[in-house]
Amino acid sequence: MHGTTVVALRFAGGIVMAGDRRATEGYSIAHRAMEKVFPGDRWSAVAIAGVAGPAVEMVRLFQVQLEHYEKVEGLSLSLEGKANQLAQMVREHLPMAMQGLAVVPLFAGYDHRRQTGRIFTYDVTGGHYEETDFQATGSGGRDARTTIKLGYREGLSRDEAIDLAIEALFEAADEDAGTGGPDLVRGIYPLVAVVDADGYVQLEDSDVAARFESLIARKRKERPGGMSSGGELR
Amino acid sequence: MTVPFYVAPEQVMKDRAEYAQKGIARGRSLVATIYRDGVLIVADNPSRSLHKISEIYDRIAFAGVGKYNEYDQLRVAGVRHADTKGYAFSREDVDARSLANLYAQHLGNVFTHEMKPLEVEILVAELAAVPGNDQLYHIAYEGTITDEERFAVLGGEAEPIAERMEQAWRSDWSLGEALRAAVAALAGPDRTLGPSHLEVAFLSRENGRRAFRRLTEAELVTLLEEQPTDGRQDGAGQDAASGGAEAAPGSSGTGSASSSGASGRGTAR
Repeated sequence: MHGTTVVALRFAGGIVMAGDRRATEGYSIAHRAMEKVFPGDRWSAVAIAGVAGPAVEMVRLFQVQLEHYEKVEGLSLSLEGKANQLAQMVREHLPMAMQGLAVVPLFAGYDHRRQTGRIFTYDVTGGHYEETDFQATGSGGRDARTTIKLGYREGLSRDEAIDLAIEALFEAADEDAGTGGPDLVRGIYPLVAVVDADGYVQLEDSDVAARFESLIARKRKERPGGMSSGGELR
Repeated sequence: MTVPFYVAPEQVMKDRAEYAQKGIARGRSLVATIYRDGVLIVADNPSRSLHKISEIYDRIAFAGVGKYNEYDQLRVAGVRHADTKGYAFSREDVDARSLANLYAQHLGNVFTHEMKPLEVEILVAELAAVPGNDQLYHIAYEGTITDEERFAVLGGEAEPIAERMEQAWRSDWSLGEALRAAVAALAGPDRTLGPSHLEVAFLSRENGRRAFRRLTEAELVTLLEEQPTDGRQDGAGQDAASGGAEAAPGSSGTGSASSSGASGRGTAR
């Protein structure tokens, strides 16, 4: 089972992280409502792309480790400390990755010492790199990244950043078979989380649904002819 | 080869108990009480960083009195036990009763088999999903475990403090009322405890998954200064103070370390 597109981007007071809900098995859809964005702890979020089983298990262990450290030591790890901890777990997973069961997380959170949001990406060897503004991984990552790149500017507001993340997932679902778009029939929408100075918040489904609706309305307006003016096979 | 002196087992146990009690009596006391939304724990502790009260798991808190390094070791073992259990099974499967039993076994073992008993007394509190089922487990240095129904007092001066709590206790009091009564009971009639000498934390049904939260000094100041809203509470507070005045003289000092108040639901031995 594979999970697919997840994105993270920075805004003025924190970060937005979002992920689609589709999990695939070969050419079949294995699960329609999978969650790929999780709280690491109160001040961080982790999103996963790759093989679902080990990825979800890695997140679970990561959450326990952050909380365990916080309780034993009486204070939370620094954001960099959390990123390093996750890197170690990805590195330990390398033998499995060599057999094709790769897990590549995306980690982001609010750094209290620097008072800013920060984003880290990983590779299968546990290498982790800090991104300046945004990143997306998974099979639709390239499309999502391009969408964010075109819409990104310094100092986005929280709302603008959420809308950009939603648009990125929409475009990724449009181009990539492995990425799920908004499921209007079942009411399943991508998960969107925000981490800022007030901590981790997951957006309500109704909020995400409304944002998708206005995005779709805008797209329709830009293309009043509907499908026939560009969506058809040539 | 010299023949070792024979010492009666009764004497050995008595000496060990006395040793542990003395160690515990040197430290400051602590009160835990059930209130409307959960469990409140108040400790007489001037340190901002060396905690007597701490979080074990989502709905479980720990408190210890006596020798800091010893109860801190127990605390860390408890956090490890709870986190491991919650990870292996489910978060719902972590409960205070099993943890309290583990602590009781460990303390009992150390008391009977080691040279030196642990000079600690600990409390494991668990917040229930609904009011009325909150748990307070009071575990003494020799492993005696008591399931308290309303409040628990730990430390060298437990008896007079428990008497003062007994006078003031009400089943549905608010956080502020419980806090003021607990502070008055801890302080006794001859001194006052200010926010800078208190460590206060609570488990509340309002706090979400991780129910444990510490009160900041600013919050403490506000809650301590808050005026009681009706006369009945005011009276209860005064009763606590005057009740304490009768109980306190002479009974401080070498007071029994394992007093559990008159509220015990039953002590398992």
